Amino acid sequence: MDREKLLSLLASSNVKPQWVENSNPTTLLIDKIDLPGVCQQLWNNPDFFFDQLSCITGLDCGPETGTMEVIYNLYSIPFNQSLMLKVVLPRENPEVESVSAIWKSANWLEREIFDMYGIKFLNHPDLRRILLPADWEGFPLKKDYQEQETYRNIKLAPES
Amino acid sequence: MQEQNRQSAVSSGQASNNVEDFAYKESFGNSGLIITQLDNLLNWSRLSSLFPMTFGIACCAIEFMSTGTTPFDMDRFGMAPFASPRQADVMIVAGTVTFKMADRIKRLYEQMADPKYVISMGSCSNCGGPYWQHGYHVVKGVDKIIPVDVYVPGCPPRPEALIGGIMKLHDKIRGESIMTSRNNG
Repeated sequence: MDREKLLSLLASSNVKPQWVENSNPTTLLIDKIDLPGVCQQLWNNPDFFFDQLSCITGLDCGPETGTMEVIYNLYSIPFNQSLMLKVVLPRENPEVESVSAIWKSANWLEREIFDMYGIKFLNHPDLRRILLPADWEGFPLKKDYQEQETYRNIKLAPES
Repeated sequence: MQEQNRQSAVSSGQASNNVEDFAYKESFGNSGLIITQLDNLLNWSRLSSLFPMTFGIACCAIEFMSTGTTPFDMDRFGMAPFASPRQADVMIVAGTVTFKMADRIKRLYEQMADPKYVISMGSCSNCGGPYWQHGYHVVKGVDKIIPVDVYVPGCPPRPEALIGGIMKLHDKIRGESIMTSRNNG
Protein backbone atom coordinates (compact mmCIF):
# COMPACT_ATOMS: atom_id res chain seq x y z
CA MET A 1 0.00 0.00 0.00
CA ASP A 2 1.42 3.34 -1.08
CA ARG A 3 0.72 5.44 2.02
CA GLU A 4 1.96 8.69 0.46
CA LYS A 5 -0.44 8.41 -2.45
CA LEU A 6 -3.27 7.55 -0.15
CA LEU A 7 -2.48 10.51 2.11
CA SER A 8 -2.42 12.93 -0.77
CA LEU A 9 -5.70 11.55 -2.03
CA LEU A 10 -7.31 11.99 1.36
CA ALA A 11 -5.79 15.43 1.82
CA SER A 12 -7.44 16.52 -1.42
CA SER A 13 -10.81 15.88 0.18
CA ASN A 14 -9.89 17.44 3.54
CA VAL A 15 -9.80 14.20 5.46
CA LYS A 16 -7.34 13.83 8.31
CA PRO A 17 -6.76 10.12 8.58
CA GLN A 18 -5.44 8.28 11.60
CA TRP A 19 -3.33 5.24 10.95
CA VAL A 20 -3.85 2.27 13.17
CA GLU A 21 -0.32 1.03 13.74
CA ASN A 22 0.84 -2.58 13.41
CA SER A 23 -2.23 -3.76 11.62
CA ASN A 24 -2.46 -5.95 8.62
CA PRO A 25 -3.97 -4.98 6.23
CA THR A 26 -3.28 -1.25 6.47
CA THR A 27 -5.94 0.29 8.66
CA LEU A 28 -7.31 3.77 8.54
CA LEU A 29 -9.43 5.31 11.26
CA ILE A 30 -11.77 7.89 9.79
CA ASP A 31 -14.56 10.09 10.95
CA LYS A 32 -18.03 8.85 10.09
CA ILE A 33 -18.84 12.10 8.28
CA ASP A 34 -15.93 11.51 5.90
CA LEU A 35 -16.85 7.90 5.16
CA PRO A 36 -19.00 8.31 2.00
CA GLY A 37 -16.52 10.71 0.40
CA VAL A 38 -13.49 8.56 1.19
CA CYS A 39 -15.20 5.41 -0.06
CA GLN A 40 -16.24 7.12 -3.27
CA GLN A 41 -12.63 8.30 -3.80
CA LEU A 42 -11.11 4.90 -3.07
CA TRP A 43 -13.53 3.27 -5.44
CA ASN A 44 -13.11 5.80 -8.23
CA ASN A 45 -9.45 6.72 -8.12
CA PRO A 46 -7.41 4.91 -10.81
CA ASP A 47 -4.44 4.65 -8.43
CA PHE A 48 -6.39 2.55 -5.94
CA PHE A 49 -9.54 1.23 -7.54
CA PHE A 50 -10.91 -0.62 -4.52
CA ASP A 51 -13.57 -2.41 -6.51
CA GLN A 52 -14.48 -5.01 -3.93
CA LEU A 53 -15.97 -4.68 -0.48
CA SER A 54 -15.05 -8.03 1.02
CA CYS A 55 -16.57 -7.68 4.45
CA ILE A 56 -18.17 -5.33 6.91
CA THR A 57 -17.75 -6.11 10.59
CA GLY A 58 -19.67 -4.65 13.46
CA LEU A 59 -18.15 -4.35 16.89
CA ASP A 60 -19.66 -3.46 20.24
CA CYS A 61 -17.03 -2.21 22.65
CA GLY A 62 -19.41 -2.50 25.57
CA PRO A 63 -21.30 -0.06 27.81
CA GLU A 64 -18.09 0.90 29.73
CA THR A 65 -16.41 2.21 26.59
CA GLY A 66 -19.63 3.53 25.14
CA THR A 67 -18.61 3.08 21.51
CA MET A 68 -19.39 0.87 18.59
CA GLU A 69 -17.25 0.31 15.54
CA VAL A 70 -17.91 -0.55 11.93
CA ILE A 71 -15.00 -1.98 10.00
CA TYR A 72 -14.87 -2.10 6.22
CA ASN A 73 -12.51 -4.48 4.43
CA LEU A 74 -11.75 -3.25 0.94
CA TYR A 75 -9.86 -5.08 -1.76
CA SER A 76 -8.54 -3.89 -5.08
CA ILE A 77 -8.52 -6.68 -7.63
CA PRO A 78 -6.32 -4.93 -10.27
CA PHE A 79 -3.68 -3.82 -7.72
CA ASN A 80 -3.99 -6.80 -5.38
CA GLN A 81 -4.03 -4.73 -2.23
CA SER A 82 -6.23 -4.47 0.80
CA LEU A 83 -7.31 -1.64 3.03
CA MET A 84 -9.28 -1.57 6.23
CA LEU A 85 -11.44 1.38 7.18
CA LYS A 86 -12.63 1.84 10.71
CA VAL A 87 -15.42 4.12 11.89
CA VAL A 88 -16.15 4.69 15.57
CA LEU A 89 -19.73 5.46 16.55
CA PRO A 90 -21.39 6.35 19.83
CA ARG A 91 -23.20 3.49 21.48
CA GLU A 92 -26.38 5.52 21.88
CA ASN A 93 -28.21 5.80 18.59
CA PRO A 94 -25.39 4.66 16.29
CA GLU A 95 -25.80 5.84 12.72
CA VAL A 96 -23.51 5.83 9.71
CA GLU A 97 -23.99 6.52 6.02
CA SER A 98 -24.59 3.42 3.88
CA VAL A 99 -22.01 2.55 1.23
CA SER A 100 -24.38 0.27 -0.66
CA ALA A 101 -24.64 2.83 -3.47
CA ILE A 102 -20.93 2.28 -4.14
CA TRP A 103 -20.60 -1.45 -3.49
CA LYS A 104 -23.67 -3.62 -4.05
CA SER A 105 -22.30 -6.20 -1.62
CA ALA A 106 -22.74 -3.70 1.21
CA ASN A 107 -26.50 -4.13 1.05
CA TRP A 108 -26.76 -7.46 2.84
CA LEU A 109 -23.62 -6.91 4.93
CA GLU A 110 -25.10 -3.74 6.38
CA ARG A 111 -28.39 -5.48 6.98
CA GLU A 112 -26.55 -8.11 9.00
CA ILE A 113 -24.83 -5.44 11.11
CA PHE A 114 -28.19 -3.77 11.65
CA ASP A 115 -29.71 -7.11 12.62
CA MET A 116 -27.02 -7.96 15.17
CA TYR A 117 -26.01 -4.54 16.56
CA GLY A 118 -28.82 -2.17 15.69
CA ILE A 119 -26.49 0.22 13.88
CA LYS A 120 -28.55 2.29 11.45
CA PHE A 121 -27.23 2.75 7.94
CA LEU A 122 -28.59 5.98 6.53
CA ASN A 123 -29.92 5.94 2.96
CA HIS A 124 -29.79 2.16 2.83
CA PRO A 125 -32.29 0.95 0.18
CA ASP A 126 -33.77 -1.85 2.28
CA LEU A 127 -32.74 -1.81 5.94
CA ARG A 128 -34.58 -4.78 7.41
CA ARG A 129 -33.47 -7.65 9.62
CA ILE A 130 -31.82 -10.30 7.49
CA LEU A 131 -31.24 -13.33 9.76
CA LEU A 132 -33.69 -12.97 12.61
CA PRO A 133 -37.48 -12.75 12.31
CA ALA A 134 -38.78 -9.26 11.60
CA ASP A 135 -40.56 -8.98 14.96
CA TRP A 136 -37.54 -9.99 17.06
CA GLU A 137 -36.76 -7.79 20.04
CA GLY A 138 -33.28 -6.48 20.69
CA PHE A 139 -29.92 -6.91 19.00
CA PRO A 140 -28.22 -10.16 20.05
CA LEU A 141 -24.54 -9.28 19.60
CA LYS A 142 -24.70 -6.21 21.82
CA LYS A 143 -22.83 -6.74 25.05
CA ASP A 144 -25.85 -5.87 27.20
CA TYR A 145 -28.32 -7.95 25.21
CA GLN A 146 -31.11 -9.50 27.25
CA GLU A 147 -32.92 -12.41 25.65
CA GLN A 148 -36.63 -12.01 25.45
CA GLU A 149 -38.58 -14.55 27.54
CA THR A 150 -40.86 -15.77 24.81
CA TYR A 151 -41.24 -15.37 21.10
CA ARG A 152 -44.83 -15.73 19.84
CA ASN A 153 -45.73 -17.64 23.02
CA ILE A 154 -42.85 -20.08 22.65
CA LYS A 155 -40.34 -20.06 25.47
CA LEU A 156 -36.78 -19.31 24.41
CA ALA A 157 -35.17 -21.07 27.33
CA PRO A 158 -35.26 -24.86 27.44
CA GLU A 159 -37.60 -26.50 29.92
CA SER A 160 -35.32 -28.40 32.22
CA MET B 1 -22.84 -42.46 19.79
CA GLN B 2 -22.46 -44.18 16.43
CA GLU B 3 -22.54 -47.60 18.03
CA GLN B 4 -25.68 -46.64 19.92
CA ASN B 5 -27.33 -45.45 16.75
CA ARG B 6 -26.52 -48.68 14.99
CA GLN B 7 -27.95 -50.64 17.89
CA SER B 8 -31.20 -48.75 17.92
CA ALA B 9 -31.49 -49.05 14.16
CA VAL B 10 -30.93 -52.79 14.32
CA SER B 11 -33.37 -53.37 17.14
CA SER B 12 -36.16 -51.35 15.57
CA GLY B 13 -35.49 -52.62 12.06
CA GLN B 14 -36.91 -56.05 12.81
CA ALA B 15 -40.48 -55.18 11.94
CA SER B 16 -41.40 -56.86 8.73
CA ASN B 17 -42.36 -54.89 5.68
CA ASN B 18 -43.71 -57.97 4.01
CA VAL B 19 -47.24 -57.49 2.71
CA GLU B 20 -48.44 -61.00 3.45
CA ASP B 21 -47.55 -60.75 7.09
CA PHE B 22 -50.30 -58.34 7.97
CA ALA B 23 -52.52 -57.33 5.04
CA TYR B 24 -53.88 -60.39 3.27
CA LYS B 25 -55.85 -62.70 5.46
CA GLU B 26 -56.98 -65.28 2.99
CA SER B 27 -56.85 -66.02 -0.68
CA PHE B 28 -58.89 -68.53 -2.68
CA GLY B 29 -56.72 -70.54 -4.99
CA ASN B 30 -56.21 -68.81 -8.30
CA SER B 31 -59.46 -66.86 -8.22
CA GLY B 32 -57.76 -63.52 -7.68
CA LEU B 33 -60.00 -62.81 -4.71
CA ILE B 34 -58.53 -61.69 -1.41
CA ILE B 35 -60.14 -60.86 1.86
CA THR B 36 -58.59 -58.44 4.30
CA GLN B 37 -59.53 -55.85 6.84
CA LEU B 38 -59.97 -52.35 5.52
CA ASP B 39 -57.70 -51.02 8.27
CA ASN B 40 -54.92 -53.37 7.28
CA LEU B 41 -55.24 -52.51 3.62
CA LEU B 42 -55.22 -48.77 4.27
CA ASN B 43 -52.35 -48.97 6.69
CA TRP B 44 -50.35 -51.16 4.35
CA SER B 45 -50.87 -48.77 1.45
CA ARG B 46 -49.97 -45.78 3.59
CA LEU B 47 -46.82 -47.14 5.11
CA SER B 48 -45.51 -48.72 1.96
CA SER B 49 -45.04 -45.48 0.10
CA LEU B 50 -44.30 -42.71 2.55
CA PHE B 51 -43.12 -39.79 0.49
CA PRO B 52 -40.83 -37.69 2.65
CA MET B 53 -40.81 -33.96 2.15
CA THR B 54 -37.28 -32.77 1.54
CA PHE B 55 -36.60 -30.61 4.53
CA GLY B 56 -32.87 -30.29 4.97
CA ILE B 57 -32.18 -27.33 7.23
CA ALA B 58 -28.76 -28.28 8.65
CA CYS B 59 -26.09 -30.97 8.63
CA CYS B 60 -28.60 -33.77 9.34
CA ALA B 61 -29.76 -33.23 5.77
CA ILE B 62 -26.44 -34.71 4.59
CA GLU B 63 -27.26 -37.94 6.40
CA PHE B 64 -30.80 -37.76 5.04
CA MET B 65 -29.40 -37.45 1.51
CA SER B 66 -27.09 -40.32 2.26
CA THR B 67 -30.12 -42.41 3.25
CA GLY B 68 -31.44 -41.89 -0.24
CA THR B 69 -28.30 -43.17 -1.94
CA THR B 70 -27.66 -46.72 -3.13
CA PRO B 71 -25.85 -48.10 -0.04
CA PHE B 72 -28.87 -47.36 2.16
CA ASP B 73 -31.52 -47.22 -0.54
CA MET B 74 -34.51 -45.42 0.91
CA ASP B 75 -36.40 -46.37 -2.25
CA ARG B 76 -36.83 -49.94 -1.02
CA PHE B 77 -39.46 -48.59 1.39
CA GLY B 78 -41.18 -46.78 -1.45
CA MET B 79 -39.73 -43.49 -0.30
CA ALA B 80 -38.50 -40.84 -2.68
CA PRO B 81 -37.84 -37.28 -1.52
CA PHE B 82 -40.58 -34.97 -2.67
CA ALA B 83 -40.16 -31.25 -3.08
CA SER B 84 -43.79 -30.27 -2.50
CA PRO B 85 -45.82 -30.50 0.71
CA ARG B 86 -49.01 -31.25 -1.23
CA GLN B 87 -48.14 -34.81 -2.17
CA ALA B 88 -45.81 -35.59 0.74
CA ASP B 89 -46.80 -37.95 3.54
CA VAL B 90 -44.03 -37.51 6.06
CA MET B 91 -41.98 -34.49 6.94
CA ILE B 92 -38.47 -35.38 8.03
CA VAL B 93 -37.22 -32.34 9.94
CA ALA B 94 -33.49 -32.75 9.43
CA GLY B 95 -31.67 -29.99 11.23
CA THR B 96 -31.68 -26.97 13.51
CA VAL B 97 -35.03 -25.22 13.74
CA THR B 98 -34.56 -21.49 14.18
CA PHE B 99 -37.43 -19.23 15.12
CA LYS B 100 -37.38 -17.72 11.67
CA MET B 101 -37.63 -21.17 10.09
CA ALA B 102 -40.34 -22.26 12.53
CA ASP B 103 -42.95 -20.17 10.71
CA ARG B 104 -42.13 -21.86 7.44
CA ILE B 105 -42.12 -25.32 8.97
CA LYS B 106 -45.56 -24.77 10.45
CA ARG B 107 -46.93 -23.47 7.19
CA LEU B 108 -45.48 -26.35 5.17
CA TYR B 109 -46.85 -28.82 7.70
CA GLU B 110 -50.29 -27.28 7.38
CA GLN B 111 -50.05 -27.57 3.60
CA MET B 112 -49.49 -31.30 3.75
CA ALA B 113 -52.54 -33.51 3.18
CA ASP B 114 -53.76 -35.89 5.89
CA PRO B 115 -52.67 -38.43 6.94
CA LYS B 116 -49.38 -36.75 7.65
CA TYR B 117 -46.49 -37.71 9.86
CA VAL B 118 -43.40 -36.00 11.22
CA ILE B 119 -40.02 -37.50 11.96
CA SER B 120 -37.78 -35.26 14.02
CA MET B 121 -34.24 -36.14 12.97
CA GLY B 122 -31.25 -35.34 15.16
CA SER B 123 -30.63 -33.61 18.48
CA CYS B 124 -31.31 -30.08 17.19
CA SER B 125 -34.87 -30.71 16.11
CA ASN B 126 -35.48 -33.06 19.07
CA CYS B 127 -34.59 -30.57 21.78
CA GLY B 128 -32.26 -27.84 20.54
CA GLY B 129 -29.13 -29.98 20.65
CA PRO B 130 -25.89 -27.99 21.04
CA TYR B 131 -27.95 -24.78 21.09
CA TRP B 132 -29.70 -25.94 24.24
CA GLN B 133 -28.37 -23.25 26.55
CA HIS B 134 -27.06 -20.30 24.58
CA GLY B 135 -28.95 -20.53 21.30
CA TYR B 136 -31.40 -17.68 21.68
CA HIS B 137 -32.46 -18.13 18.05
CA VAL B 138 -33.16 -21.87 18.18
CA VAL B 139 -36.50 -23.48 18.98
CA LYS B 140 -35.84 -26.02 21.71
CA GLY B 141 -37.48 -28.87 19.87
CA VAL B 142 -39.60 -28.86 16.72
CA ASP B 143 -42.41 -30.40 18.80
CA LYS B 144 -43.15 -26.91 20.11
CA ILE B 145 -44.26 -26.04 16.58
CA ILE B 146 -45.78 -29.19 15.09
CA PRO B 147 -46.71 -32.64 16.47
CA VAL B 148 -43.91 -35.18 16.10
CA ASP B 149 -44.43 -38.92 15.61
CA VAL B 150 -40.90 -40.28 15.83
CA TYR B 151 -37.73 -38.81 17.32
CA VAL B 152 -34.42 -40.04 15.94
CA PRO B 153 -31.50 -39.33 18.30
CA GLY B 154 -27.99 -38.56 17.12
CA CYS B 155 -25.84 -35.65 16.09
CA PRO B 156 -26.28 -36.30 13.28
CA PRO B 157 -27.98 -39.72 13.21
CA ARG B 158 -26.45 -42.20 10.81
CA PRO B 159 -28.64 -43.31 7.89
CA GLU B 160 -29.19 -46.62 9.72
CA ALA B 161 -30.70 -44.69 12.63
CA LEU B 162 -32.99 -42.72 10.32
CA ILE B 163 -34.12 -45.96 8.69
CA GLY B 164 -34.73 -47.26 12.21
CA GLY B 165 -36.94 -44.23 12.81
CA ILE B 166 -38.81 -44.89 9.59
CA MET B 167 -39.40 -48.49 10.75
CA LYS B 168 -40.80 -47.14 14.01
CA LEU B 169 -43.15 -44.91 12.03
CA HIS B 170 -44.21 -47.98 10.01
CA ASP B 171 -45.05 -49.72 13.29
CA LYS B 172 -47.07 -46.76 14.40
CA ILE B 173 -49.05 -46.58 11.15
CA ARG B 174 -49.64 -50.34 11.30
CA GLY B 175 -51.52 -49.88 14.57
CA GLU B 176 -53.86 -47.19 13.27
CA SER B 177 -57.54 -47.58 12.59
CA ILE B 178 -59.94 -45.46 10.55
CA MET B 179 -62.51 -45.83 13.32
CA THR B 180 -60.40 -43.84 15.77
CA SER B 181 -58.97 -40.45 15.11
CA ARG B 182 -55.22 -40.28 14.80
CA ASN B 183 -53.49 -39.24 17.94
CA ASN B 184 -51.64 -36.13 16.93
CA GLY B 185 -48.18 -36.26 18.41
